Amino acid sequence: MRALLILLLLWMPVAAQAQKLVADLSQRNVEITANFDGSDILIYGAIKGDTVQPDLAPVDVIIAISGPNEAVTVRKKNKRLGIWVNTEAVEVAKAPSFYAVATTGPLDEVLAAQEDLRFQISIERAIYAVGAPPEIEDAGAFTEALIRLREKNELYQQNEGSVRLFDQTLFSTTLNMPANLVEGVYPMRIFLTREGQVVGRLATFIDVRKVGIERWIYDLAHNQPLVYGILSLAIAIAAGWLASAFFRYLRF
Amino acid sequence: MHIYLPIAEVSVNAFLLLGLGGLVGILSGMFGVGGGFLMTPLLFFIGIPPAVAVATEANQIVASSFSGVLAHLRRKSVDLRMGTVLLIGGLVGAAIGVQVFAALRELGQVDLLVKLCYVVFLGIIGGLMFFESLKAIRRSKTPGKAPQRKKHGLVHALPFKMKFRTSGLYISVIPPLLVGLFVGVLAAIMGVGGGFIMVPAMIYLLGMPTKVVVGTSLFQIIFVTGFTTLMHATTNYTVDMALAVLLLVGGVIGAQIGTRIGARLKAEQLRILLSLMVLAVCGKLALDLLIMPSELYSIGVGGSH
Repeated sequence: MRALLILLLLWMPVAAQAQKLVADLSQRNVEITANFDGSDILIYGAIKGDTVQPDLAPVDVIIAISGPNEAVTVRKKNKRLGIWVNTEAVEVAKAPSFYAVATTGPLDEVLAAQEDLRFQISIERAIYAVGAPPEIEDAGAFTEALIRLREKNELYQQNEGSVRLFDQTLFSTTLNMPANLVEGVYPMRIFLTREGQVVGRLATFIDVRKVGIERWIYDLAHNQPLVYGILSLAIAIAAGWLASAFFRYLRF
Repeated sequence: MHIYLPIAEVSVNAFLLLGLGGLVGILSGMFGVGGGFLMTPLLFFIGIPPAVAVATEANQIVASSFSGVLAHLRRKSVDLRMGTVLLIGGLVGAAIGVQVFAALRELGQVDLLVKLCYVVFLGIIGGLMFFESLKAIRRSKTPGKAPQRKKHGLVHALPFKMKFRTSGLYISVIPPLLVGLFVGVLAAIMGVGGGFIMVPAMIYLLGMPTKVVVGTSLFQIIFVTGFTTLMHATTNYTVDMALAVLLLVGGVIGAQIGTRIGARLKAEQLRILLSLMVLAVCGKLALDLLIMPSELYSIGVGGSH
């Protein structure tokens, strides 16, 4: 119910939205080819109109990009009878496979806590954990561990101060997408804030798709699993035979 | 050079995979083990999701085992009849093992049980082989006394005798069937081809010559892992063809080299090397359980299981 409400709020045009934003990307489609090695995307835009007034406080820009959501299980090892085993597990019902936040300044300064709660902008808010089992006391530590592990792989990025804002009108940033991307639509949200309050926003997306042989293998594996399995075995047998024949030819 | 894997959805270094495949292929050709028990943890380590690692590994083992078997067939060191009997036992065992695995999962803590199973079995098998081979090497250094091998035990007293010409055995089919069954059960529970249990069992329980054991083990591994590959491909969609190809190119070449190294070694030397490898894997697993890990948390994709 809460999620529905938030969704509704997100789609409704905000009446007080005085600021207007325009933005574009250097690249809207990311194509995953066989030698895909990550992608750098330039995001740039402008704040329109007479909104930047000298008597008002300066504005800040926050950009959030999120990968397809998935459920993950975070497990924790504990010592039992002298050995280390996974004893506790917390299921995180909704965790984006990729998440990056870029801002013009420290996140807690450019975004008020209640606005973060409303729009779910920070990494901590973007992850939604279902109720942890009662025997687990510190469920928060599990989501922290999830963020820490994914930040290590650059799958979660919090780039404070990486958005450059010129003359309170033009802004730009570079998004580094790692090579370990999951296919799907990556929604992107741009927020304009003043004294921590969201005063304008814009939604767009980046499309990440497998192409070429990547596409072909993936489709075959899912649409015709038996054919795919037999083909995999055939390749294995053929390779085994080829190596054997080759080495016999070498008389090694 | 990085390659993006279509099913695993991660990007990895292609040369690293070729090297890993080659290394495990050499071991496979030398000792008649599939090498899954070495490769799967290595794949986890470089960031391949566990489900994809296990399924794709099975596909790669088909290739390296087939390559190894062809080399062994030319040397006439494959006992096809024995291999078939073991395979029949193994398939029945695997079917039982899957049921046992499901029952254990109901009780919880199946991961721990699998790991303890590994440590205990590898420790016992590795230790026994190591001391036996050491004794055999010492014996061969004091000339004059030929080792006495022909013993008439339980293996010879049972009915349904069959001639296994390549192995030079005339024994009942019941022990090989039981060995196959037992290894099949363990393989299904532990998620491996079972070569490293099968090889010592054939040497010590069935009394097969070490040289024949390697090829025969590879022969039955082809079928077990081939079946596993198809199961994973059709039920979980977790076989990554790109990953498999990179691994198996290294694997098939490695297997050919391994077979040739194995042929130049004495049986005792081969056994002592295998036992050392088994003990090393056992030691690594035991340390993982005993030493506090640097990262206590781990992430698994999907719901709670």
